[in-house]
Amino acid sequence: MPVQYTGVVEEHHATRTKAGLFDICHMGEIDVRGPQAFDLLQRVMSRNLEKQTIGQIKLSVLTNEQGGIIDDLTVYKLADDHYMVVTNAASKDKDLRWLQSRKQEGNFSDVEITDRTDQLGKLDLQGPRAQAILQTLTENDLTPLKYYHAMHMAVAGVQSLVSRSGYTGEDGFEIYADNERIGTLWDRLLNAGSDAGLKPIGLGARDTLRLEAGMMLYGHEMCETVSPCEVVYGWLIDLEKDFIGREALIQQKKQGVTRKLVGFEMVERGIARAGYKVFTDGREIGEVTSGTFVPTLNKAVGLAFVPAIYTDPETEIDIRIRDRDVKAKVVKLPFYKREDKHIFYNVFI
Amino acid sequence: MSKTNPTDRKYSKEHEWVRDNGDDTVTLGITDYAQEMLTDIVFVELPAIGKKVKQMEPVAVVESVKSVSDVFAPVSGEVIEVNLILENRPELINQDAFGEGWIAKMKMNKPEELKGLMDAAGYEAMIREEKH
Repeated sequence: MPVQYTGVVEEHHATRTKAGLFDICHMGEIDVRGPQAFDLLQRVMSRNLEKQTIGQIKLSVLTNEQGGIIDDLTVYKLADDHYMVVTNAASKDKDLRWLQSRKQEGNFSDVEITDRTDQLGKLDLQGPRAQAILQTLTENDLTPLKYYHAMHMAVAGVQSLVSRSGYTGEDGFEIYADNERIGTLWDRLLNAGSDAGLKPIGLGARDTLRLEAGMMLYGHEMCETVSPCEVVYGWLIDLEKDFIGREALIQQKKQGVTRKLVGFEMVERGIARAGYKVFTDGREIGEVTSGTFVPTLNKAVGLAFVPAIYTDPETEIDIRIRDRDVKAKVVKLPFYKREDKHIFYNVFI
Repeated sequence: MSKTNPTDRKYSKEHEWVRDNGDDTVTLGITDYAQEMLTDIVFVELPAIGKKVKQMEPVAVVESVKSVSDVFAPVSGEVIEVNLILENRPELINQDAFGEGWIAKMKMNKPEELKGLMDAAGYEAMIREEKH
């Protein structure tokens, strides 16, 4: 996946107003199969998977004993004894090791864990015209496919798993198919969408789109020493069920966290970047985890860790940009929310 | 493909251009090749009028969505004018790096520094090498 095909800003606008196609083959897919697949996943995932229906996807985090985030991932329930876990590219190997050692430890001997990353390709088709474009290539009616649900179908003759989900804040689909056919699928989709304004999108716009929609990125907002309670993933934790990390998270909930991730926008001219420090009255209080100029809102925004007392919207903070303190303010997330949307991207999934 | 580099000016190895205005002042900007490498420019930090800089010290900052880059002064001197339009229309650098996308004007205090910079042909030879 290149940083850009024709230009980050142009690609960003194309996805928001028409449609964009993303080559996401680098992401990890792990199959978890067997009668105890549910039990293993229920033990490692912060999310309660009990009520998950076949075809439904759940966003979840894997937490360690200290409640730190090993990865944030999506869990596809494909059958009662078959799940697919989709991981961040850089976290896949450690997720796999984590699942395997928890399998050993917990006596889930009949669970089969298979890394399918090399066999499965993934394309994201995102934007207001995504459905119309995809519909021209499949006989399955896409309208009944609900947000965060998946179904198998042939797309341009290629057997695929299609879910209504994504990482842009727009309506759209994530499409999984055999790696050997993914090139064909890419070409057919681009071709089918060319009149509708579909464009290939690079990593640059993928990042501006996700940040503008207030979505976090593992490695930026999250790592193994960050708890879901400190970022906007508190809702992914179900303390009513038993899972690894639960005790630590119960303690955290009781005591409250000292730092929190907030969204902010620049008030004065300047662009905050990951790693820049947050100040108030000349005193350092935190750090920016992601920040850039986002094209649709046409402003500079970012995410930052600050002490819990600085999290109210409109709270003034300073971002130190090249030795100068530049004014910013805390704002509610997401920065951008598409108008026709009745559900926010990840709440109530 | 980058636009042709005009022959009425000199070039630095950091991809700035500088044009001698004939009255001990120069106009400077970044080259079309540089704007192409930077991609969409979304922010320009202009220097204060009166700022004094030595040759190859940072004089301005240009930011794209993905990157932050210093603009180095091709010659030593004092900033006498800045292109304020860039504060609201930074994309002018992408559209017209050698013209409307100029960044600042400086009064030189060592005009002889101009001689040490590359001409258009020399700059093009350097880019060709960079690409390989």
